[in-house]
Amino acid sequence: MRALSSLWRLTVGKKIIMAATGAGLCAFVLGHMAGNLKIFLGREVFNHYAEWLRHIGEPLLPPTAGLCVARLGIIACAALHITMAVQLYLLSDAARPTRYNKVDNSLVLSRTSLMMRLGGVTLGAFILFHLAHLTWGWICPGEYVAGDPYNNVIAGFQHSWLAAFYLLAMVPLCLHLYHGIWSAFQTLGLNSPRYNALRRPLALAFSLLVFVGNASIPLAVQAGVLHL
Amino acid sequence: MKLTLHVWRQSGPTAPGRFETYVAPDVNEHMSFLEMLDVVNERLTAEGKEPFAFEHDCREGICGSCGMVINGRPHGKTGLTATCQLHMRHFSDGEELWIEPYRAKAFPVIRDLIVDRSAFDRIIQAGGYISARTGSAPEANAILVPKPAADWAMDAAQCIGCGACVAACPNASAMLFLSAKVSHLGLLPQGQPERYERVQRMLEQHDAEGFGNCTNHGACEAVCPKGISLDFIAKLNRDMLASALRAPVAQE
Repeated sequence: MRALSSLWRLTVGKKIIMAATGAGLCAFVLGHMAGNLKIFLGREVFNHYAEWLRHIGEPLLPPTAGLCVARLGIIACAALHITMAVQLYLLSDAARPTRYNKVDNSLVLSRTSLMMRLGGVTLGAFILFHLAHLTWGWICPGEYVAGDPYNNVIAGFQHSWLAAFYLLAMVPLCLHLYHGIWSAFQTLGLNSPRYNALRRPLALAFSLLVFVGNASIPLAVQAGVLHL
Repeated sequence: MKLTLHVWRQSGPTAPGRFETYVAPDVNEHMSFLEMLDVVNERLTAEGKEPFAFEHDCREGICGSCGMVINGRPHGKTGLTATCQLHMRHFSDGEELWIEPYRAKAFPVIRDLIVDRSAFDRIIQAGGYISARTGSAPEANAILVPKPAADWAMDAAQCIGCGACVAACPNASAMLFLSAKVSHLGLLPQGQPERYERVQRMLEQHDAEGFGNCTNHGACEAVCPKGISLDFIAKLNRDMLASALRAPVAQE
């Protein structure tokens, strides 16, 4: 039991939890994007997909139970990920009470690694905004129609400021993914000369895919390809 | 060449520190960095001033005691070298150098540029050993070691425990040191009996000493005088995960 709880107690254990929950969140980001791209197939297909999400696992599970479990899973992953990040940040911050007078910038080998904490906070704020916009309908209340996500997405992205905001938000998301995915390989000990050279390209490909896929929707609405 | 040195002066662990500026007007390019400091100190002594304290021992790059931070970089700018093997030919006339001690909660300053690195000793005491039969030496080939494992273990065993990884890490983490010490034993057959217990104990001690955690920046690897690879940190992480999930050996 003491060995198992070391995942929670020890810093490397906390990082392993962060990497594992991060992997779960990556899977969600990919699935979320794949589902959203159905918007290009028209109102009926997209709204049908959105409705299907409420019926995952039926008839084995009661209606919306599958969705609830998925949501709880995502929230648990995000909560653990953030809790570990805050704990590790506080521990690391305390580990150097006196700063250096002179800093050698060349020692920070990866610029994206510096972005993880700031980018993570930005990302959290964006996710809350995104929920407020498309789940709770608080951002464009006049245009929000419950049960018609096709309308809500397109009406929202017809505002150029909102489309631009979403595009901009993809930058911290994808930088976070890029460094996070590579970092997770390292943290989970997935390190071997046989595939180490593939880790950075894989992280880059994943984050570019997410960027292009997600960005295509507000861009298509602004270009008039997608319309109500 | 002429150099301006800003050296951290601190009379004791709890005393407040400050930089003091010294001019070294006659630095020879063949001097090592420590010899340059010796010359400055001799002049200070001759002037009746207190020379600054720095740690040194072998002066041939293998004892790991001479770490200091020069212009924000532990062991100076050349890489793959300890401060004692850093030569003044890498500097140019008129350069200004900021010389500071390692900054980490787990490495308290004793005096001037000297820090207390006994936290490393306590990490080793927590598990950086193997149980071995004492007495007559065993037959050399009694335990076979695959060549790649022997090479890799040797790479890890090069760690001299100088603490530059902690000094360079933005989180003051000792993960590179710890991973080298865990790996050079864990890669060899002789290190297997305590392998997973060792990871747990040494990590526990690492955290208790107040070192930070690894965020995969790679600054440690860049300043390590022995070129210890970040791959060992990944290996440490894997052993940590295994140590948390595996059944104790007796129950397998």
